[in-house]
Amino acid sequence: MPDRAATPAPPALSVQSVSHAYGKRRALDDVSLSVAKGSFTALLGPNGAGKTTLFALVTGLLGVQSGRIAICGAEPSRDGAAALEPLGLVFQQPTLDLDLTVSQNLAYFAALRGLSRRDGRQRAEDELARLDMAERAGERVRDLNGGHRRRVELARALLHEPRLLLLDEPTVGLDIESRHRIVAYVHDLARERRVAVLWATHLIDEVRADDDLVVLHQGGIAAAGRSEEVVAAAGADNLSDAFTRLTRRAPA
Amino acid sequence: MRRKLRAARGVIAREILRFLQQRGRLLAALVRPLVWLIVFAAGFRSILGVAIQPPYATYITYDVYIAPGLIAMIQLFNGMQSSLSMVYDREMGSMRVLLTSPQPRWFLLFAKLVAGTVVSILQVLAFLAIAAAFGITFPLAGYLLVLPVLMLTGLMLGSVGMFLSSAIRQLENFAGVMNFVIFPAFFLSSALYPLWRMRESSEILWRISAANPFTHAVEAIRFAIHGQLNLFACGVVTAVLILFLVLALWGYDTSRGLRARAGPAGE
Repeated sequence: MPDRAATPAPPALSVQSVSHAYGKRRALDDVSLSVAKGSFTALLGPNGAGKTTLFALVTGLLGVQSGRIAICGAEPSRDGAAALEPLGLVFQQPTLDLDLTVSQNLAYFAALRGLSRRDGRQRAEDELARLDMAERAGERVRDLNGGHRRRVELARALLHEPRLLLLDEPTVGLDIESRHRIVAYVHDLARERRVAVLWATHLIDEVRADDDLVVLHQGGIAAAGRSEEVVAAAGADNLSDAFTRLTRRAPA
Repeated sequence: MRRKLRAARGVIAREILRFLQQRGRLLAALVRPLVWLIVFAAGFRSILGVAIQPPYATYITYDVYIAPGLIAMIQLFNGMQSSLSMVYDREMGSMRVLLTSPQPRWFLLFAKLVAGTVVSILQVLAFLAIAAAFGITFPLAGYLLVLPVLMLTGLMLGSVGMFLSSAIRQLENFAGVMNFVIFPAFFLSSALYPLWRMRESSEILWRISAANPFTHAVEAIRFAIHGQLNLFACGVVTAVLILFLVLALWGYDTSRGLRARAGPAGE
């Protein structure tokens, strides 16, 4: 991934030669990528390609076995949990407390992130309003539909104004309209609020031609670059074709 | 430091909110010991006399004797239940929200432990209020002294539960462990009968019961609620707390614990 930032500031996310194995099974093999400020980087790969392992390593849920991972220049393995500060996360599984209200869920997260009560409330209001969820603040999460729950999780991930936003297959199980809405919203976050976004998915239609793209296949990087360039380099007409070709071939 | 306190406040507030939402849980937490206190103790009060022994200065009725044991039982169930919710949280993913916050893992897990203990103390206070309505009361000094001791015993029982939750992968396995932990811990202790009575029938069972950490938790509470501090019992409780806390933190260590867990299912 070319680092398009002209300044010498470190990229929002830098992954260098990371390999990971569960016992004998290799899940990641010499993976390197970087996500610059304001970039929407799609991490495209079939199920089992290693996306979830990569996310677990970046978030510190797994310890790095080999290679280096840095978030805005800080390495969680070296600098401790404080390195996770600039990170916003949307997990694949739902992680809201169903019996608490939207506000209570957000207040919990704001406190975890060290925000004061007042700041937390204010930030929650702002993010919910942007996602057209303000009037749902007092509702129990259990009473919300899947699309609305995802929006709450997105608002939550943005409460502490992260510089790097990681989303692990955030549209799984949503209807088409909710999907489009979330895809568009996160693209805007990258472009307008200059958040660095790493979006893991196996759904090709979520990737735009001018997005940065990393294709992960069987634990290795099969292709990387601007989405349209990756398509051209693979000699394909569209991303769907390119993806099929890239993931059919066994990586070197 | 301020951010740490906020994070801890968040974890504790969430635990209390969740507890208040689950009315059934409060009911279960109270009905269990109350059944013992009202039904069981009433039936046995005529059969089982309790001799004068510290901290009691006079003969006491059986319901007064078992009240501290039932308080410890509330904390035992709560400790296991919070760790059960940790297994659940881990399967559901909300554990990830906690563990990916920018605080050291030991701090986050300890905050979680304190939160569970605070909830257990709320349950105990509700139990004491109902017991008082049935005429089982303790000296005022006891009500005050028991609070810090409850914090200690609650943390100990919670740390045992947290260690179990780090070692057990699935909810189904957990139910079995509950049976193997809760029942032996409760029956092989001084909660329901003084240990010397146990010794009359079996020397081995007496030895096991005397070594049982839960016995020491019960005795620490028993002395405290009568306004006395049992330093030996509190010392044993503290030592067990530290041991299981270390084991639990080790179990939740990034490079070890989660690797085993994230294994095939994580990818």
